Amino acid sequence: MYWHGQPVEGETPNVSIVFQSFALFPWLTVIENVEAPLEARGIGEVERHKRALRIIDAVGLDGFESAYPKELSGGMKQRVGVARALVVEPEVLFMDEPFSALDVLTAETLRGELLELWLETKIPTRAIFVVTHNIEEAVVLADRIIVLGRNPAHIHAEFNVELPYPRDHKEARFVELVDLIYRALTQKDHPETAPADLQGMHAAAQRRYPMLPHTRPGGMAGLLEILVDQSGRADLHVLADELSLEVDALLPTMDTAAMLGLLKLEEGDAIITPEGEAFAKGDIQERKAIFRKAVLANVPVLRQMEQALKAKANRTLPAEFFQDLLDEHFSEAEAQRQLETAIQWGRYAEIFDFDAASGKLTLTDT
Amino acid sequence: MPSPPPVTEPQGPIPPAAARPVGARWAYAFLIDIAVFLAVFAVIFGVYSIGRSWFGPVHVEAEISQDPRSLPLYALYSLVRILVAYAISLVFALAYGYAAAKSKRAELVLIPLLDILQSIPVLSFLPGVMLAMVALFPSRQLGVELGSIILIFTGQVWNIAFSFYSSLKTIPRDLREAAIIYRFSRWQRFAELDLPFSTIGLVWNSMMSVAGGWFFLMACEMFVLGDKDFRLPGLGSYLQTAASNGNTRAMLWGLATMVAVIVLMDQLIWRPVIAWADKFKFEQVESAATAQNVILSFIRRESLIIRAYRRLLHPMVEWLTLTFARGAKRAARTLTAVQSEKQRAWTGWFFAGVLLVVLGYGVYRAGRELALVSGHEYLLLFESAGLTFLRVNLALIIGALWTIPVGVAIGFSPRLARFMQPLAQLAASIPATALFPVLLLVLIRLRGGVEIAATALMLLGTQWYILFNVIAGAMAIPTDLKEAATVFRFSSADRWRRLILPGIFPYLVTGLVTASGGAWNASIVAEYFHFQGKIVEAPGLGSTISRASDAGLFDVLLASTLIMATVVVLINRLLWRRLYRLASTRYKLET
Repeated sequence: MYWHGQPVEGETPNVSIVFQSFALFPWLTVIENVEAPLEARGIGEVERHKRALRIIDAVGLDGFESAYPKELSGGMKQRVGVARALVVEPEVLFMDEPFSALDVLTAETLRGELLELWLETKIPTRAIFVVTHNIEEAVVLADRIIVLGRNPAHIHAEFNVELPYPRDHKEARFVELVDLIYRALTQKDHPETAPADLQGMHAAAQRRYPMLPHTRPGGMAGLLEILVDQSGRADLHVLADELSLEVDALLPTMDTAAMLGLLKLEEGDAIITPEGEAFAKGDIQERKAIFRKAVLANVPVLRQMEQALKAKANRTLPAEFFQDLLDEHFSEAEAQRQLETAIQWGRYAEIFDFDAASGKLTLTDT
Repeated sequence: MPSPPPVTEPQGPIPPAAARPVGARWAYAFLIDIAVFLAVFAVIFGVYSIGRSWFGPVHVEAEISQDPRSLPLYALYSLVRILVAYAISLVFALAYGYAAAKSKRAELVLIPLLDILQSIPVLSFLPGVMLAMVALFPSRQLGVELGSIILIFTGQVWNIAFSFYSSLKTIPRDLREAAIIYRFSRWQRFAELDLPFSTIGLVWNSMMSVAGGWFFLMACEMFVLGDKDFRLPGLGSYLQTAASNGNTRAMLWGLATMVAVIVLMDQLIWRPVIAWADKFKFEQVESAATAQNVILSFIRRESLIIRAYRRLLHPMVEWLTLTFARGAKRAARTLTAVQSEKQRAWTGWFFAGVLLVVLGYGVYRAGRELALVSGHEYLLLFESAGLTFLRVNLALIIGALWTIPVGVAIGFSPRLARFMQPLAQLAASIPATALFPVLLLVLIRLRGGVEIAATALMLLGTQWYILFNVIAGAMAIPTDLKEAATVFRFSSADRWRRLILPGIFPYLVTGLVTASGGAWNASIVAEYFHFQGKIVEAPGLGSTISRASDAGLFDVLLASTLIMATVVVLINRLLWRRLYRLASTRYKLET
């Protein structure tokens, strides 16, 4: 990592963070919270006070200097978070899902205010990194959008946004760009963008145990029902709107359905399959039957679990047994989550029962 | 006193806020200043008389007056002892907890050590502490005073240390990250994150510790050590002397004084402190009921205290913050990370080496001491441990039997809680040891009265932990679950089995753990008592420790202390920790 051309090691770059959860100190007043980073830099009381007041004024918190965070609404709390980050005049500001804990209207207001600070160069900050799961938010704010993929983390796609500010959600080019990003998100990862030495192992794991999205099977029903209502085909961002979900909630469900062959993803559109339609229209028992068939056909780890249980005389195995299998292909924490998801799905599909107290899986009689 | 795991403590009802008459602000400020002035004069007189007594020549066997008129001064002596011990406890506990929470290596040793140390009753420390202090100050009363203060300290410090440690361990991640990102210096982190986050736990545990100080006061102010009879003028020794002489009138006077002091302290110190600590509650949304306090609102006005804070404390804090911030900056520039790491490892090894040598020698000496005790005596020791075990658990069962229904009734009914909680808190704040002589007056005439009295003292001293936790647990049961039980027409038995007992289980376990540790510690005073000119004794490990301490039998004292610590730690590990795990997994109410 480099900072002004020098390796970061030993340097303390002038950066700041705005937290998703605000991370304000509840026992400090607004102005004390904002002054805290200045104290850490050894700046005297008078100067500290002056600078804190200036930035509090800039984010529109005038008159709340001596309030405690718990007296403030979510939006005001995040204004304090922004003021605290900006008071050190960082060259680079990082924002970790800064608006996701706020309601839609408040988030919209705060985005506007942030843009105003930035565009009118009221702050000396030279770059802002925003992490978000909200695609429209990214398109409203950013000059450059980078879509990340995982396992291992890599750059999946990159977009330059050249729309003039303020950007209009309804404008054709805006909508087009949002659609484009959704399309990029649903495309299969391009393995060649991953570092070469990790490719081999990663690809092998993918073949043997494709990564399960961490979803509950019940969530798919709502998605498929809406698809049926949209006569079987819909734009992803339309679906996101209808379900009022952000991509980080929508995509895993979508991936699950695609993995099980209940829908297909094509150029940013979701298209329902006959199985998917049957699932959407079925009652609970029918849905479970379809799910079971789809899972056994498409999810190797569950197929393997069923076979292993069948092979045992008492039809019972400890869950750790499968954990060991997964450990070879995933990191320890991920293997744990993969197993939890597999157990979740297997129970729903009535392949096996799971006793949490003893940690044992038992094949369901059919 | 044992360490209570952090739990939401029941809070007393809220005294009405002081209504401030319009325009009378300055009159109020004036009154407060006069009160502060008077208080300052009283303090100066107190300091003077304490100084005269501490720095005067040694009065090992000071005559303890039984005149009620000497009570105010005695109460002051005791109060100062307890408060000084508490101040030392607080500083020590903060350092201990900080070290344990910040260093993985230290944590490995310090936390199990804490477990053991808090299972050792105060009297076991007595001979060592006393002899060392008297040797340090042979010609001054100060030595004996310090000895007594250190004894009180050993009873107060451990739960505060544990509370601070566990608070530090539960600081939310985002706040820790914020402190790192904004490059807080160690001091700033301590002052703006660690300490505020731990304040509420520290306040509740401080209250418990000071209550523990009162509980063991009689044992800490008057004791026999071999051929020496130590007596320090104070409330504890007053009560103790009254009990030994069978002077009922003096007993009642002493008891009344103690209750008065405790109630006054509660109203003048703890209530305002609790109301003040409210701002450290870790919450993002303001709760409906915020604690208010008349005295706190007095202080918050322009009074001397606020002015003194602005003048003295604030510049000091500011100076520390800036100095540390600059220091951290310089350190970051000059020292590369590797170098300081190496240096620290080296000093660490050095201290560990020294410690090992000292410990090794200590273990060797202790082993030789323990070898002096005969096999027959060990048999007797185990037998008495068994007796105390039975007594402690009997006290716990009786305590649980009455506190569970009463606590649940109080917890379920806000109306009942409003007037029962302050009553229960008042009752809990009276040290059972001070009540004990009065109780003995009645029980001593019965057959087996000593046995009953010993169990009763354990019960009196520890039942409150169970009661307050059960109340808190009952209050924490969600209303919808209670309504569901009503809707489905649970029978009374089903209600208890399916809803109430599982609901209060984690709290009940917390209460029982604390009570169990407390009862073991209390056994030293419950099983051995100077009363009406003779020694009243119930056979058990507690009385063995007290007797050995009185007679200066160091080998027996060491052996019995070791057995008690082992038993208590074993019970904690084998029983309570398991129940705890069950409580925090299966019986945790999650939303």
